Amino acid sequence: MKTIGIVKEEMQTENRVAAAPVNVKKLIKKGFGVLVEQGAGDTANYRDEQYELAGAKILTSKAELYNTADILLKVQPVTADDIALMHKDQLVLSYLNPSQNVDLLESLASKGVNAIAMDAIPRISRAQKMDVLSSMANIAGYRAVIEGANHYGRFLNGQITAAGKVDPAKVLVIGAGVAGLAAIGTAKSLGAIVRAFDTRKEVAEQIQSMGGQFLTVELDEDGATDSGYSKVMSKEFIEAEMKLFLEQAKEVDLIITTARIPGRKAPELILDYHVAAMKPGSVIVDLAADTGGNCTLTRDGEVYTTENGVTIVGKIDQLATQASQLYGNNLINLLDDMGGGEEFHIDMDDDIVSRAMVTYDGKVNWPPAPLPVSPQATKSPNEASMSSAGNKNESINSKQRNKGASTLISLAAIAALLLIMGQFAPKEFMQHFTVFVLAVFIGWQVIWNVTHALHTPLMAVTNAISGIIIIGGLLQVTNDWGSPLSILALLAIFVATINIVGGFLVTYRMLKMFRK
Amino acid sequence: MISPQIQTAAYVFASILFILSLGGLSSQESAKRGVMYGIVGMAIAILSTILGEGVQGHAAMIAAIAVAALIGIVVARKVRMTSMPQLVAILHSFVGLAAVLVGIGSYLDPKTQTLVGAEHVIHLIEIFIGVFIGAITFTGSVVAWGKLEGKIRSKPLVYKGRHVVNLGLVLLSIILAIFFIQAEDTSGLPYLLVMTAIALFIGVMLVMAIGGADMPVVVSMLNSYSGWAAAAAGFMLGNDLLIVTGALVGSSGAILSIIMCEAMNRSFWSVIFGGFGDGPSGEAKAIEGTVTDVDHAEVADLLNNAQRVVIAPGYGMAVARAQFPVSELVERLRKAGKEVRFAIHPVAGRLPGHMNVLLAEANVPYDIVLEMDEINEDLPETDVVLVIGANDIVNPGALDDEASPIYGMPVIRAWEADSVIVMKRSMATGYAGVQNPLFFKDNTDMLYGDAKDSVQKILAEMG
Repeated sequence: MKTIGIVKEEMQTENRVAAAPVNVKKLIKKGFGVLVEQGAGDTANYRDEQYELAGAKILTSKAELYNTADILLKVQPVTADDIALMHKDQLVLSYLNPSQNVDLLESLASKGVNAIAMDAIPRISRAQKMDVLSSMANIAGYRAVIEGANHYGRFLNGQITAAGKVDPAKVLVIGAGVAGLAAIGTAKSLGAIVRAFDTRKEVAEQIQSMGGQFLTVELDEDGATDSGYSKVMSKEFIEAEMKLFLEQAKEVDLIITTARIPGRKAPELILDYHVAAMKPGSVIVDLAADTGGNCTLTRDGEVYTTENGVTIVGKIDQLATQASQLYGNNLINLLDDMGGGEEFHIDMDDDIVSRAMVTYDGKVNWPPAPLPVSPQATKSPNEASMSSAGNKNESINSKQRNKGASTLISLAAIAALLLIMGQFAPKEFMQHFTVFVLAVFIGWQVIWNVTHALHTPLMAVTNAISGIIIIGGLLQVTNDWGSPLSILALLAIFVATINIVGGFLVTYRMLKMFRK
Repeated sequence: MISPQIQTAAYVFASILFILSLGGLSSQESAKRGVMYGIVGMAIAILSTILGEGVQGHAAMIAAIAVAALIGIVVARKVRMTSMPQLVAILHSFVGLAAVLVGIGSYLDPKTQTLVGAEHVIHLIEIFIGVFIGAITFTGSVVAWGKLEGKIRSKPLVYKGRHVVNLGLVLLSIILAIFFIQAEDTSGLPYLLVMTAIALFIGVMLVMAIGGADMPVVVSMLNSYSGWAAAAAGFMLGNDLLIVTGALVGSSGAILSIIMCEAMNRSFWSVIFGGFGDGPSGEAKAIEGTVTDVDHAEVADLLNNAQRVVIAPGYGMAVARAQFPVSELVERLRKAGKEVRFAIHPVAGRLPGHMNVLLAEANVPYDIVLEMDEINEDLPETDVVLVIGANDIVNPGALDDEASPIYGMPVIRAWEADSVIVMKRSMATGYAGVQNPLFFKDNTDMLYGDAKDSVQKILAEMG
């Protein structure tokens, strides 16, 4: 059995904890032992007693926790102090920001610690349930609207009241990733008019599905890339984009920016002249504040009002209680995928583990081999299905080409066979044969049109019709009833009639039931 | 008495009516008219034959027709919609039997002996083939009926070397055919009868080797055979109407079989020659997760809170005759403004289109009954999927477990919905004998018990 240690976060601004008591319960069910550092959940409003009730053991000493646990769960990247307490072959799961923390990875590797960077989980369909970036972005998007509404001096929804009419607020969301979409949904449900901008044309449908209006620039350039993130756009595009933002800035009451590029500074989208154009009292919520900000005037960790009365929010509450639970769920899903408590193992052939495991067996394993995002995860369902339909067409085309060749061969064979037949068979037989072949073709053409729902009636009808064999019997009966021939023929008539009458009646009964 | 020319004209007209009859089934609106065409066509065909020149024994044949028609009416009235597959199967056997009788009769017919040379040989070959196909259809259909009725074990009966045995039997029949053709007068009768016995045996073995899950294919295949048998009879009697009609039915059944096979992603030949479930080998994928069950009140609650509901019925619904309470449930949910639709797998049930017939019987509007392909894309946006008495057709193993015997078969992706309720008698495996990982998924809950009973209880709980 593997023992999991849940560490208390030391960073002042971090209120989350790596797992909530409900998560602990699940972990224990999956066969893990769980240790929790005293007070680990305090800032997220989870008490030690709750963890104990869920089945965890509370440890007062951080050192003891680090010493006994096989797997450590953390939110913030580990620090040098943490590494000093760790031991060889220990596994730690946390944010690590690997591309910017090369030194940290080196020291983890030299200590022999295996580290999974939760922010390096590849964004493939199978890994969605472990994707902390998505689950945290979802929270950020929601909270961005709440923060924005908090600093905005009016309703978000439109109302007609006895005291007068209130127009709904207009919200502009820039970037329609997970956070952006969550923001659109939240703002919409609060009654605002929501517009959203994204350089990737494919997200238009997702925006509309959340109730937002998709804004675009009149330039045929798509920002989508294989990685699922947007690429840097051309100069013309950016100019057109800036113009669009300026028009919008004059009109909207709340701007929420969510554009981030992993491992890089956030793109500057809202410039000082945009802010200057905004109405006093409007609000900008910048979700990229910690990576430089999408608004050039954003101050990370601060909320302030500009001279022209625009409030710029550079600090978002983490919703620690909620966030901890979702983060914990993501961790559990990953641990479960790795075998659960009883059969836990590190499989470096696994797509997810091998990419997120940034240090393993004393070596740094970063950057990982590139893995294109699966189309289902990023493309709108419609487009995905369209592309699969396209593939289908291609394969059908190649099939048809093969078919063409084989049809020729089989046609030649059939022609040869018919010639041989014509050589030997009597004239009458050939006439019947002509009728037969034509009838087969007619049947073939007619039946393909029958809808699936009517296949049972079809079968009953064809069954009834095949009772036509009765004619064979009718032609054979003689006046001498007792002769073997007559007996056989009468018997044939008898069973064929049951078939005809039964078949037709039952079909009719069935069809009578179909109603629209 | 009518002249042969008038008779031929009547036959042509009957053929046209039969073609229109099948064509009419392309949509629900024209289907009833299609059946009327078929009935009229049949009546014209029979009447013009009876009134034709040289037909004897009218009294006896009319008596036989009258009695048999009565039996047919009673059977068709009495049969329950859930027993439709059995009825269709047993009716097929009648056609097969009739073909055998007509074939042997044709051999005994003195007219046969007047033929000479190539005509005589061809005629004998026609008889031989007609009887052969008829006999296979006869016993094959009887066995299919037995399996559907539950009188015969549905598990495929397979033994090593059965292909060799079957092939040997066919070869033996061909050798018999050579003796048969060379025999003078009616002295070839023993050869014909021995071959009939062999064909009867082949028919039994052919269907015994096919598993219950493939029954839709078998029934449509036998449907096809019965058509070919009628066509063969047409050749031996030199009757074009029989040939045309037989060919229509034969190709119709063949197409249905192909459609069914495509639906199960298996080759036509493997269904006909291979027993189901003996092919795949290798380690079956371990199933993760645990099975959870719910009670009726919880399901009622779930349905009350759902907006989009999809029902995936299977043979279990037919067995329990649950289509009536299901229909009531659907009506109730639709009245509450919810979107309710049916997802029908092409091989759900034991006959092609079986589920559609049952739902139609219970007055479910056919425009909410969709095919698997039409609805699969919508399942991720669906709140609840109710799986009623279905198993293999919702088995995710068909998509991701290469060791599964049903690997590659397209299935209803029920598990993509928010929650799945599976109504089932027990944890027993389906017809294919394959364990279903769906039951172990986190979003799947089991509701054990008879489907009809369960749905009625849910209705009561919904208040």
